Amino acid sequence: MIEIQDVRFGYDRKKAKVFDHFSLQLEPNCIYGLLGQNGTGKSTLLYLLTGVLFPEQGHILVEGMDTRKRKVEMLSQMYIVPETFELPKMRFMEYVKTYSPFYEAFSMKVLEECMKEFQLPLTCNIQDLSMGEKKKVMMSFALATGTRYLLMDEPTNGLDVPSKRQFRKVIASNMTDERTIVIATHQLHDVEQLIDHVLILKDSQLLLNQSIAELTDRYGFGLLPEDIAADDILYSERNVQGDVGIWLRRPDDQETTVELEMLFNAAVQGKVRS
Amino acid sequence: MVYQNEKAIYIRIAERICDDILSGHYAEGSRVPSVREIAAAYEVNPNTAMRAVEILQRDEVVYQQRGIGVFVAEGARRKILAARKEDFLRHDIPEFLRRLQLLGMGIEEVVRAWEQNQEVNKDLKK
Repeated sequence: MIEIQDVRFGYDRKKAKVFDHFSLQLEPNCIYGLLGQNGTGKSTLLYLLTGVLFPEQGHILVEGMDTRKRKVEMLSQMYIVPETFELPKMRFMEYVKTYSPFYEAFSMKVLEECMKEFQLPLTCNIQDLSMGEKKKVMMSFALATGTRYLLMDEPTNGLDVPSKRQFRKVIASNMTDERTIVIATHQLHDVEQLIDHVLILKDSQLLLNQSIAELTDRYGFGLLPEDIAADDILYSERNVQGDVGIWLRRPDDQETTVELEMLFNAAVQGKVRS
Repeated sequence: MVYQNEKAIYIRIAERICDDILSGHYAEGSRVPSVREIAAAYEVNPNTAMRAVEILQRDEVVYQQRGIGVFVAEGARRKILAARKEDFLRHDIPEFLRRLQLLGMGIEEVVRAWEQNQEVNKDLKK
């Protein structure tokens, strides 16, 4: 478990804080979707969790270990795939040989399966790869490390259409009860069916922190029922389908699929909150 | 109507598995894919796949044999068909009748359409 306790963080003393009095708990067996408009601190939060950045105030504890101490026990359970990154110019297997010893749960089998799913040969040369392919290689390595915490910043950016499906497949097949995965993204449709918990950031705070199960139970998404009371409609918009929106689900209403885009718009407009 | 909306993902996955049982893809007594396999096949969170299997277990369409896997229950086809018929009568028929009224149509027009359809089917069989 990761506990973020009353954290304050800013890059510039004179400017508004990225986080202020920010608290959050991240549980195992959960894939979190970390959402927020540009500049709301999604990437910053990921870097705070890994101990790359330190909070000005408050604490971040990974299984009780303060990230400030950057303990080996903590770092060996943590892996981050940044949005953009540089990889050394070498053969991929050389990279694996160099970096896998840091992770005691590293699995060659998982690496092979992921690379196969992404249709990349283990024998590839990193310098020959395109940006999208580098991302796939990095994600395969990340899943193979077997760390309890896996953080990904815009993992589907730069991936072509089939690769996005492959991405969901490798994540779904390598998720375990002990693992916590956090995916920061704007590509809501890419992760909609993959995540089971939604986090939305705004104005240095957590605007929404709810599981998909809770959201499904509490709200209806889609075409507004004709007999719904106006007070029960939390958010609505008109599109080609008709009047769609989010409403307070009544006991007899069918459970609907959470529509992240609508949820996101409703949340940033203050119409849905935890 | 709410029923035009996309049902929750776990419900849709459970329905797809039921489709596969009805079509005979998974025979009664045979093993259905594991939660992990379902999650990978539908690209969903394993917890979502788990919920799908749980409701099928609750409805006694499948049963779990610990350590071995999940299997299609005896009589699963009959149960699924009965549940679908019930759902059709409770939800689709009232909606259908509501639309008839909205369009100012009588039941005789439906009967005529049904008879025509029977004729066509008969011709096709020949």
